[in-house]
Amino acid sequence: MADLRSSFLGIKSPNPFWLASAPPTDKEYNVVRAFKAGWGGVVWKTLGEDPPIVNVSSRYGALHSADQRMIGFNNIELITDRPLDVNLREIKQVKRDWPDRAVVVSLMVPCTEQAWKAILPRVEETGADAVELNFGCPHGMSERGMGSAVGQVPEYVGMVAKWCKQHTRMPVIVKLTPNITDVRKPARAAKEGGADAVSLINTINSITSIDLDIMAPTPTVDGKGTHGGYCGPAVKPIAMHMVADIARDPETYGLPISAIGGIANWRDAAEFISLSAGTVQVCTAAMHYGFKIVDDMISGLKNWMDSKGYATIEDFRGKAVPNVTDWQYLNINYKSIARIDQDKCIKCGLCHIACEDTSHQAIAKMKDNGTRRYQVIDGECVGCNLCAHVCPVPECISMVSVDTGRSYLNWTQDPRNPMRKAAE
Amino acid sequence: MTQSAAPDIAAGRLRPDEIAANFEDIKPPLDGKRALIESSRCYFCHDAPCIEACPTSIDIPNFIRMINTGNTLGAAEKILEANILGGMCARVCPTEILCEDKCVRNTSEDKPVNIGMLQRYAVDHLMEQGRHPFTRAAPTNMRVAVVGGGPAGLSCAHRLATLGHNVTIFDARNKLGGLNEYGIATYKTVNNFAQAEVDFVLAIGGISMKTGQMLGRDITLDELRRDFDAVFLGLGLSGVNALGLDGEEQLSGVVDAVSYIADLRQATDKGSLKVGRKVVVIGGGNTAIDIAVQSRKLGAEDVTLVYRRAPENMSATWHEQEFAQINGVKIKHWARPVRLIGQNGAVREVEFERTLLDDRGRLVGTGETFSILCDQVFKAIGQRFVNDPVNGKARESIDLIDGKIAVNEEMKTSLANVWAGGDCVASGTDLTVQGVEDGKVAAHAIDRYLRGAN
Repeated sequence: MADLRSSFLGIKSPNPFWLASAPPTDKEYNVVRAFKAGWGGVVWKTLGEDPPIVNVSSRYGALHSADQRMIGFNNIELITDRPLDVNLREIKQVKRDWPDRAVVVSLMVPCTEQAWKAILPRVEETGADAVELNFGCPHGMSERGMGSAVGQVPEYVGMVAKWCKQHTRMPVIVKLTPNITDVRKPARAAKEGGADAVSLINTINSITSIDLDIMAPTPTVDGKGTHGGYCGPAVKPIAMHMVADIARDPETYGLPISAIGGIANWRDAAEFISLSAGTVQVCTAAMHYGFKIVDDMISGLKNWMDSKGYATIEDFRGKAVPNVTDWQYLNINYKSIARIDQDKCIKCGLCHIACEDTSHQAIAKMKDNGTRRYQVIDGECVGCNLCAHVCPVPECISMVSVDTGRSYLNWTQDPRNPMRKAAE
Repeated sequence: MTQSAAPDIAAGRLRPDEIAANFEDIKPPLDGKRALIESSRCYFCHDAPCIEACPTSIDIPNFIRMINTGNTLGAAEKILEANILGGMCARVCPTEILCEDKCVRNTSEDKPVNIGMLQRYAVDHLMEQGRHPFTRAAPTNMRVAVVGGGPAGLSCAHRLATLGHNVTIFDARNKLGGLNEYGIATYKTVNNFAQAEVDFVLAIGGISMKTGQMLGRDITLDELRRDFDAVFLGLGLSGVNALGLDGEEQLSGVVDAVSYIADLRQATDKGSLKVGRKVVVIGGGNTAIDIAVQSRKLGAEDVTLVYRRAPENMSATWHEQEFAQINGVKIKHWARPVRLIGQNGAVREVEFERTLLDDRGRLVGTGETFSILCDQVFKAIGQRFVNDPVNGKARESIDLIDGKIAVNEEMKTSLANVWAGGDCVASGTDLTVQGVEDGKVAAHAIDRYLRGAN
């Protein structure tokens, strides 16, 4: 049976599933419920200086799929709105009561050394396992020069990381904002500043919808709205790209990563771990369905690891990183084409119309004795996958590789590339 | 075997609240939430099989997508442009053998998208707003007579009016609607929906109606052909087939199901209709199912429906048969009535002979008989076209095929300016939705004729 125990920066947890710094980790009551449900750790909702911030109503917006499942979520809530000493007291109590679980404390104070120097010892006193520097929150706090306002300036990221390393013995995790052109820059700065790890992504600047009756963004606060931080399943692809970029950057290679972004089940977790994440952090899925989802994450990951022969997380961590490359290194001679399993086909015609209207006219619509039949025209199929994605039946359309008889050739080597550097 | 007591046929077998509950909507409408969930199940198939299965070719995936995006009015307009009686068809179409039977969801999960209910949701939404979504083309000053205000006639009249022609609908009854008003089972079209739909259709404008006008009695085809630029016949089937047994006309308690259902539809107090304690229904179509179920709902204790062939030969679908059985109707197959046994002038028993198919596939009696005691017998063995009002005294008679009006693919009859559609033509199905399509097709053919001729 696979062993899910995790050791991240030396912080032990029974599994790599942590709750991200957010409403689910705002107070002892929620965190205890999460630990009872089986979560391996939490990053406590961001602490700041007293007096506590004040929140507005309402705070959340959502993007739904056609079947009314929330696939994207945004919020305009700020950091904790509770007094610092209340949070610190509860953190201390929780860590004492749950010594086997990871308790990391998220922090956001003004960008001065004194402010960080003042708060770090108080956190250390709670017995917390580490601090996570919130350089990512993209709304509200950023207007006050904190959160993503810091995270978007690599020099500040490095500077604050350095202060923190100077003023605490706790491991320092830097949480990165995705609201930046190249996430490698702040990651490098964090590493140079001495950070022990990075966590990413924080939420993405977003407006989820406009209420067409009142002509205002949602969530709406008395007729007005503002951009919020986007999260949930919809942001997972963006997070994966950023995690992969840091994982394969020579300058940050090996820097521990705690991955965040749309993780809702064991498979999402396994994918991020395969991109070198040491732990994964979850928020939206828990806010959507409650803490019980960790059951599936634990049992699903174990069963999958057993089926693959992975005994520990380390056995597959980072295994996909070498296969993430630049477009120019992809094999231009590789060819795949679509295959439709006629026994599984339900004759909806979606593959045909997608290919016919918008792609390569490579799926013929036919009638066999009055029965519809959709057939790939091999010579026209470029292997784009569109048909397989629009097909509503699992595993009905698969992409099969075709032997072209040609060996590996990438774009840098291709004679058709006008920019090609001629072989000497 | 013979009962000695007087036949037990009575009104008011159930309490008024029981009657009211029994005649409520059998399929309550979807609410917004359910419509959203159900509409999300549609895959938006390309060249969808459901469209092909619909006699009126409603663009089903398109209207379902519109429901899902919150564009319910657009959905209703999409339905109504193909089928102006989309509201009634949503209620009475045997979707289980039409659109829903062809839904691709059947292939992988045996559960089609509930197209009928979604259609009803959209059309009801539009009708509740009191909107009429179509406008008339420039007036042509052409006049068309539509004889029969049933589904075919209403559909034809509406399309003609939309195209700019003036229409007069003649109907023998007091109300328009035809079988929608007088034939469909009460619990399929509650809250006087048939009349609401007639009002909706007439709201296009340019349609006048003359009720109480029967062809062959009050008006003749010759007059109509003379006084109007074109004529559409949507006459339906006014004749009821007889059992051909002794005592059929004489014995009390032997009742024609079609006229009983019409009375039931018009009765404000359903409990005022007299129904037998033990009822026998003879027939295998929707009329047989409807009278059997409605007898039960009026309080009949035992209702036995007898059909001479196999379940799959019944023109009532498997779904309708199941519905009857759920409502406590016993269905016996492979038997035909051979004798009505009466006492003191009232029917008390029906004798049946068992049947089978012989080597050549013909239905034959086995000689073995059984009888069913009863207080009331409903005849529901089909209706037929009555030719006399059309051809009786006409100068030029109309061609028939198999006893019904012969038409070409444009619903044109053998007469120069006469079209026909619905149950009275020889095209086959007896579905409301087919009548609507016939009327629509005929309207466009008439429009071409009128514009070409002038």
